[in-house]
Amino acid sequence: MASHLFQNARIVDPVTQTDTQKDILVVDGVIERIAESISAPDAETVDLRGKIIAPGFCDMHVHFREPGHEHKEDIASGAAAAAAGGFTAVACMPNTDPTIDNASVAGFIYQKGRGLAVDVYPIGAITKGRKGESIAPMIELRDAGVVGFSDDGSPVHNTKVLRTALEYASMLDLPLIQHAEDPFLFAGGAMNESVVSTELGLPTIPRLSEDAIVQRDILFTEYVGGCYHLAHMSTVGAAESVRNAKARGLRVTSEVAPHHFTLTDDVVRSYDSNVKMNPPLRTADDVRAMKEALRDGTADAIATDHAPHAGFEKEVEFVYAPFGIVGLETAVGLAVTELLLEDWLTLPQLIEKLSTNPRRILRLPELRIAEGEKANLTFLDLEVQWVVNAGAFRSKSRNTPFHGRSLTGRPLGIYNNGQLFLA
Amino acid sequence: MPSLSIPHLLGLHGVPKPDLELILDSTDTFLEILDRPIKKVPTLQGKTVVNLFFENSTRTRISFELAERRLSADVVNFSASTSSVKKGETLLDTARNIEAMKVDIVVMRHSAAGSVKFLSERCTSSFLNAGDGAHEHPTQALLDMVTIRQKTGSLGGLNVCIIGDIAHSRVARSNIYGLLTMGANVAVCGPASMIPYDLERLGVRVFTDIDSALDFSDVINVLRIQLERDAGANFPSLREYHNTFGITRRRLDALGKDMIVLHPGPINRGVEIESEVADGPYSVILPQVTNGVAIRMAVLYLIGIRAE
Repeated sequence: MASHLFQNARIVDPVTQTDTQKDILVVDGVIERIAESISAPDAETVDLRGKIIAPGFCDMHVHFREPGHEHKEDIASGAAAAAAGGFTAVACMPNTDPTIDNASVAGFIYQKGRGLAVDVYPIGAITKGRKGESIAPMIELRDAGVVGFSDDGSPVHNTKVLRTALEYASMLDLPLIQHAEDPFLFAGGAMNESVVSTELGLPTIPRLSEDAIVQRDILFTEYVGGCYHLAHMSTVGAAESVRNAKARGLRVTSEVAPHHFTLTDDVVRSYDSNVKMNPPLRTADDVRAMKEALRDGTADAIATDHAPHAGFEKEVEFVYAPFGIVGLETAVGLAVTELLLEDWLTLPQLIEKLSTNPRRILRLPELRIAEGEKANLTFLDLEVQWVVNAGAFRSKSRNTPFHGRSLTGRPLGIYNNGQLFLA
Repeated sequence: MPSLSIPHLLGLHGVPKPDLELILDSTDTFLEILDRPIKKVPTLQGKTVVNLFFENSTRTRISFELAERRLSADVVNFSASTSSVKKGETLLDTARNIEAMKVDIVVMRHSAAGSVKFLSERCTSSFLNAGDGAHEHPTQALLDMVTIRQKTGSLGGLNVCIIGDIAHSRVARSNIYGLLTMGANVAVCGPASMIPYDLERLGVRVFTDIDSALDFSDVINVLRIQLERDAGANFPSLREYHNTFGITRRRLDALGKDMIVLHPGPINRGVEIESEVADGPYSVILPQVTNGVAIRMAVLYLIGIRAE
């Protein structure tokens, strides 16, 4: 019988509206007792005085590259990065090779994730081969355990396919997660369209390409009565559209990546491909709009869009470099530094964005820090100051624009599936 | 002896005015050498210059090569029409391999914006940008500025308009940055679909009416229309472009004022510029070419002595 005693922590649980300093005794993966001062001589004791225990964090948008691109990341290394980043659950996008568009590939993800402290969930493709032409077998995928559908990396652009997918998915009570981008406006773009792209002479991805698709998709969602989640929202216009859709009572949700509430396209002047991602870094107005969207609930979740690439793939001409950055091991530090300490979010709100809401969107079981519940916990230190060192990442890849950045607050570890991981 | 504050010439954006003045002033010395019967000086003797061209170019490469040889440098040409990425070797691999052969100066052209800066930060040689995507082409802008200055005596306060596909033009960008630093008033003119986003915020006036643009201008720099790329994509037809934006003798004569007409070449006769203009009294197109060799000698010399 494995037991762990977490002492003196501040327990913050938005679901039970708890904010209290107590001890937690966990036995065989289940919370046995929560009390002021627990004595358990046989338990492994972790003193968390001054630290936070929160319900386990969930990153609803990661790319673990397995199967197909294991030189960038695999499920084991991705899960290790997630644990180090304070996440007990992740949802893997299906742009693998082969694509997660049938039960056997979805089953493969579960099989590779078995026995890990981090729960690794597959997201199924919306269309076969993510080609945007005809919808994937969503019921088969649901039965294989996918937690949503997405062609992430590509939009579902064809309006008939979009309508069909929204209608079909509405039978399953799972979200359709859209990578919102107009492929014609995107055509070869490498950065946001702004005075900076004008200065640098780089091909652009205008905000219009996201704004137009989000507006359109919301019209479709309303017409069909579907359930729509906007991945990696990045623009003022998209946030406004989602805000209006929510006000009209539509089943529309959204997520924001840490880089989109932290960095502007000014940093592209470096031509460093570690600032190249899609959607691209936008303007200061957009960064502010992402923070406002998180504060007023327009943005439900913080999701990293963790997109590992090998150094040799990124160390090339900016326009040829692949999109994406790793995010799992910097997300919490950025969220604490940029959102909590800057008073955009309270601590319970921050935990909702990192745990409660993404789990709700993916229809995962609600977590409660209460006696008799499964212990699925994230430990945080909100005060420690640290400097990001990409060389120490658990991820196989190092493609981050945050190397060398000073942050306040970082995860100390997780407890899930009866396993304790301390960073 | 004054010297440049910059270790590479990656572009004209952010290059301080004294550096630009030094380059422009030094050019006069090299122009004088080009008028001698023996056009060779030992300035870069023992130095190795690689012309690393990842994009096709005839004139710019020949102009650089002449400049290098007249400074007595050892010259190596490396041409690859496609990105090295497609061959499996990365750009960085290519550059490090060449650098391992102990070169001093790399003159580089590439279709990808920022690629010269990228290599300059990862290699030890001095880099000269000979054109990177739609970003910058600094020696072209410098030769344009020298040519204008020969006619007007100075650049400060001059009204200069760049005409054509501004969005895709590295020549336009380098001219904008260099001319603004030198105190000129800079405008652009072209179809609205070829003007990059928020260009005014760089301190540039934007015209879409050619006659208003000409009225504004003391100098016009007429850009080459990329026949293969632009017609149909960014404007309807070459005919409509010529009728609306083409520089004709009639348009210039109607102004009743002096005008200096530049063109970076190669020209499309009858598209962006009429033959009568290109070959006529307003044109400084051939002096631009001569000045191009001299300005490249000046830049190679100034970057070369700085590296010592």
